[in-house]
Amino acid sequence: MTNRRPLRAKLATSVSRGAAALSRATGRGDGSVIGGRLGLIIDPDLLAHLAADRQIALISGTNGKTTTTRLTTAAVGVLGPVATNSYGANMPTGHTSALAKAGDTPYAVLEVDEHYLPQVMAATGPKVIALLNLSRDQLDRAKEVAMMAQLWREALHDQPVHLVANADDPMVVWAASVGAEVTWVAAGQRWHDDSWVCPECGGAIVRSGEPDLAAGGAPDTDWYCTGCPLRRPAPQWTLDGHAVVAPDGSRHVVTLQLPGRVNRANAATALAVAAQFGVRPADALPRLAEVASIAGRYAQVERDGRAIRLLLAKNPAGWLEAFDMADQAPTLLSINARDPDGLDTSWLFDVDFAPLTGRQVLITGDRAYDLAVRLEVNEVPFQHVTTFAQAVAAVPPGRLEVIANYTAFQDIRAELDRVN
Amino acid sequence: MSTESHLRIVWVYPDLLSTYGDRGNLLILARRADLRGLPVEAIEVRSDQPVPVEADIYLLGGGEDGPQALAAQRLIADGGLHKAVERQAVVFAVCAGYQLLGASFYAKGQQCTGLELLDLRSDRGPSRAVGELAGEVDPALGVPALTGFENHGGRTHLGSGVRPLATVTAGIGNDGRTEGAWSGRLLGTYSHGPALSRNPALADLLLRWATGRDDLEALDDTWTNRLRGERLAALRTG
Repeated sequence: MTNRRPLRAKLATSVSRGAAALSRATGRGDGSVIGGRLGLIIDPDLLAHLAADRQIALISGTNGKTTTTRLTTAAVGVLGPVATNSYGANMPTGHTSALAKAGDTPYAVLEVDEHYLPQVMAATGPKVIALLNLSRDQLDRAKEVAMMAQLWREALHDQPVHLVANADDPMVVWAASVGAEVTWVAAGQRWHDDSWVCPECGGAIVRSGEPDLAAGGAPDTDWYCTGCPLRRPAPQWTLDGHAVVAPDGSRHVVTLQLPGRVNRANAATALAVAAQFGVRPADALPRLAEVASIAGRYAQVERDGRAIRLLLAKNPAGWLEAFDMADQAPTLLSINARDPDGLDTSWLFDVDFAPLTGRQVLITGDRAYDLAVRLEVNEVPFQHVTTFAQAVAAVPPGRLEVIANYTAFQDIRAELDRVN
Repeated sequence: MSTESHLRIVWVYPDLLSTYGDRGNLLILARRADLRGLPVEAIEVRSDQPVPVEADIYLLGGGEDGPQALAAQRLIADGGLHKAVERQAVVFAVCAGYQLLGASFYAKGQQCTGLELLDLRSDRGPSRAVGELAGEVDPALGVPALTGFENHGGRTHLGSGVRPLATVTAGIGNDGRTEGAWSGRLLGTYSHGPALSRNPALADLLLRWATGRDDLEALDDTWTNRLRGERLAALRTG
């Protein structure tokens, strides 16, 4: 298929790969962005050219897209080689780099930043798009939630693409309901604070019963708008404890190395996407079970007798999921507010830290004082540490859970890589 | 003035006006009252419910354009907040909630009618104001420097019936010179979200206004003062 690409696209692909290799070799980056950037300068349509002969799935949403992309890649991998942007470089330059680097593959599964979904959809002509959830995330620079849903809704209207969408998120349902074909997944929604008001009519959205947090946000909670017909669609894929129930009623027990109900929901979405490619759940499940960590997330590291597990949580909805995933064990929280994190720490007050009550809690990071003030108001006792080594020394041997936002997570990974 | 046994704090329309950590102001006021032995009744009033007239403190948070316009319409139609203000209730409003207390504001490209509780009006500025916000607070309020984070596209013009909350030392606030406004027991600021988390003296001012008690004992604000020191120092070093 390379032979059918225009000469300019071939040159651009070659430069893109060369730059990525150079970036890695010089230690300046992992090559996941720079190659794509150069390639797109030479051939602005490079992404479209690279996508042309592949069957593609796009995965987007506020939370869980890196994990779901990894799981979907594993599932579609049953059929043959799959190109993917596994470093989480989820904008067009990253997609271009990933496809150029992968060479000819019949399939691609790409994580897409939610703001770029319309653009990447237009460039790649995907077969399937998975829409996971929408919630507040770095509002100092990101679109507000209702505007994001509106952007998706306009882009998805009557498009010839199959949508796999979360029936439990009213914003996602509103955006996806204009699609030509939709498969609904009961993927759950633990975070409700961005969808109390109907995006269609401004009416109140009512949920039947309080979410049962212990059960993981009550995946079967029904919801409906009091002012217009918008309501939870009947899902074709559901979760039943540790099993995924497929549209034909077959139950498939999901065994994952990744923790938490939210990752079983991500697996359900991955299976629903893979099914559109013709993959049977029974064939995909063994591959999902092999996924151990994703760009360091969920990675477990031994140090000084402590079994340290790293959880990334970037926004309020992500923190709620992290508390569910974490064991009842000493927990280190680390917060930065550098550019990739968003400069505003106000969201800390959207998170209820009460689930940490009873655990030994340590805090660190550039913005540890913001955490301190928040935890004090939450009446969760804590201890401030200034280095990761101090944190390790402060807890007994055994499990240490680490929950951190983006650059704080990278800092701790670097620290662990340096020692181990 | 609270004559009942409980200090009643109403969070107005969290379904519309709660973008980023606005719950923090409710939590902080409740905790600081509780630590002084003042029992608190926290009431969250959704936009399809009437605003109670008899409470002591009313909190309004930030919001997107659409919800902001809707909140103003519903508050005007409801009338409860106006009656509460006539009863000398305390109102603390941030960002979109602050704008809608004025005569008019802009949302979705249109001028919208505000509640006319504060003598001010808001329009669109040339750029979005995003970043740290700091200022010297009106000496009449007896509160140390304001520190916060702002994220808004509006500019607010104060009339003669209000005083600026602060003069800006960093950020934009109302217009790059003044920040926020107050009049009587109504106070508004562009320091968004959990504004009181960095400004405990402001929280205590609201509690004094609401209870009439000038003898609120000092609290251990060690962590808050470290946070304030860090944020104000970060502005000095750029």
